[in-house]
Amino acid sequence: MRIELAQVSRWYGNVVAVNDVTMTIGPGVTGLLGPNGAGKSTLLHMMAGFLAPSSGTVTLDGTKIWRNHQIYRSIGLVPEREAAYGFLTGWQFVLSGARLHRLPDPEDAARKAIALVEMEPARDRRIETYSKGMRQRIKVAAALVHDPQVLLLDEPFNGMDPRQRMHLMDLVTGMGAAGKTILFSSHILEEVERVAQHIEVMVAGRHAASGDFREIRRRMTDRPHVFRIRSSDDRRLASALVADPSSSAVSLTGQGLEVQAVDFRRFTRLLPRVARDAGVRITQVSPADEDLESVFSYLIDRSS
Amino acid sequence: MNGVIAGISYRALLGRRRIWLLVLLPLVLLGLAVLLRWIGEAGEQAAVTLMQTFAIGTMLPLLGLIAGTGVIAPEIEDGTVVHLLSKPISRPVIARTKFVVAASLLALFGAVPTFAASYLLVGSESGIAYGFAAGALAGGVAYAAVFMLLGIITRHAVTIGIAYALVWEGVVGNFVPGARRFSIQQWAQTVADQVSSSAFLSTGITIGFAAVALLVVTIGAIVWAGHRLRGFSLTGDE
Repeated sequence: MRIELAQVSRWYGNVVAVNDVTMTIGPGVTGLLGPNGAGKSTLLHMMAGFLAPSSGTVTLDGTKIWRNHQIYRSIGLVPEREAAYGFLTGWQFVLSGARLHRLPDPEDAARKAIALVEMEPARDRRIETYSKGMRQRIKVAAALVHDPQVLLLDEPFNGMDPRQRMHLMDLVTGMGAAGKTILFSSHILEEVERVAQHIEVMVAGRHAASGDFREIRRRMTDRPHVFRIRSSDDRRLASALVADPSSSAVSLTGQGLEVQAVDFRRFTRLLPRVARDAGVRITQVSPADEDLESVFSYLIDRSS
Repeated sequence: MNGVIAGISYRALLGRRRIWLLVLLPLVLLGLAVLLRWIGEAGEQAAVTLMQTFAIGTMLPLLGLIAGTGVIAPEIEDGTVVHLLSKPISRPVIARTKFVVAASLLALFGAVPTFAASYLLVGSESGIAYGFAAGALAGGVAYAAVFMLLGIITRHAVTIGIAYALVWEGVVGNFVPGARRFSIQQWAQTVADQVSSSAFLSTGITIGFAAVALLVVTIGAIVWAGHRLRGFSLTGDE
């Protein structure tokens, strides 16, 4: 199944949370990547039928999602908030989901879903006694209980320990390989890279990039990088570096050299060689703009 | 009606400490009735006054507030309502189910103790017990619907509900006769007055108006609640 967004915007008063986004989420695993506050949750809520687009349309295989409760036969939703009744046991919670879906054999479906997230040992404990990762898994079980064709997960790996995270990643990968349409949001590139075949990047409410993760990774590394370098002789190193086309600007500052590298790979190979040939000792190399925000803002500058 | 949703709602309301809020007020009512009997003041006038001021005037709106907002507002607040709403169930059905749960609790904790307390005071004399039980039931059902709606449309349901019960029904209703026509409490008393033949009980509203008003308000609130749930939005932290 496909979720299609056509020129979707969402604003709250004067604040634009999502700005003219058009994308299609097809079968396989898609990662919705972006820094906090980029509009990922807003977008996901619109896909899940929990928010009306201010303009544009959000459809599932051509049917409108907003105000259409029938879509939940095909959609499973794992919300970011701890949306689980603490006074129910994990088993009761997942079973209630199966019954609300009016499945022919709710017990069997609940058993399978709980087995899928490996929560059998804790299934008869009340959810309020669960750790954050366990709550996350029981929510996933409840979302999967009707074996949906589409699964939407909002920051699903938050609060999970590495083992739980690995397990959920395997689960998601397996479902994607089986032809389900899976979308999960994350602000961590590595998470998205490990699971998603396809990535949609959101920055400041806009759709900044879309495509295969290798492609996006390459675009993220091939951008101009700014390095801060401290050495035994900054001035001599500067003149040696500026002679090579891999750096476009070199400036001497109070905190050392600031070098803008246009060709990341070439520059990283060049720097030690140049330093050695010039007889300069390098004491520190640090990226000046490695934070996710600047990576994202580069992407959005390029796309616009 | 949806049995699964009703079951979860009952557990949420009765399984936790909230049940003491529901039990406490009826216990006070019964205690007062026992006390009046014990000191020998259990006359028709005392019964009517206790029912009017405490059972209908105080206990019922508070129970309505607890049960009415309690069936839905905490779930909206903590996000658990998404578990119910992300299912192929029509939202008006969810609203009706929540209403039935709240109304049944008001019948159990409002109307039944009202009947018991007034029966304790005057037996079946002048139909007072039956009258106030009917009034409490009718008023309780309306409160359940209105406060449930309030719990869906605003996060300040409890504050607004208390303001309505205390300020509008209590103060304004007592000093501005016209305002009494628009008070669930007064409609409930009118129903009681209709059933009972006691001379100590009289209200200024006709039963025709009160009955229609109760129906319109109850059904209107349930329909509106369903409509609001259809447009339920999750607004993220961003």
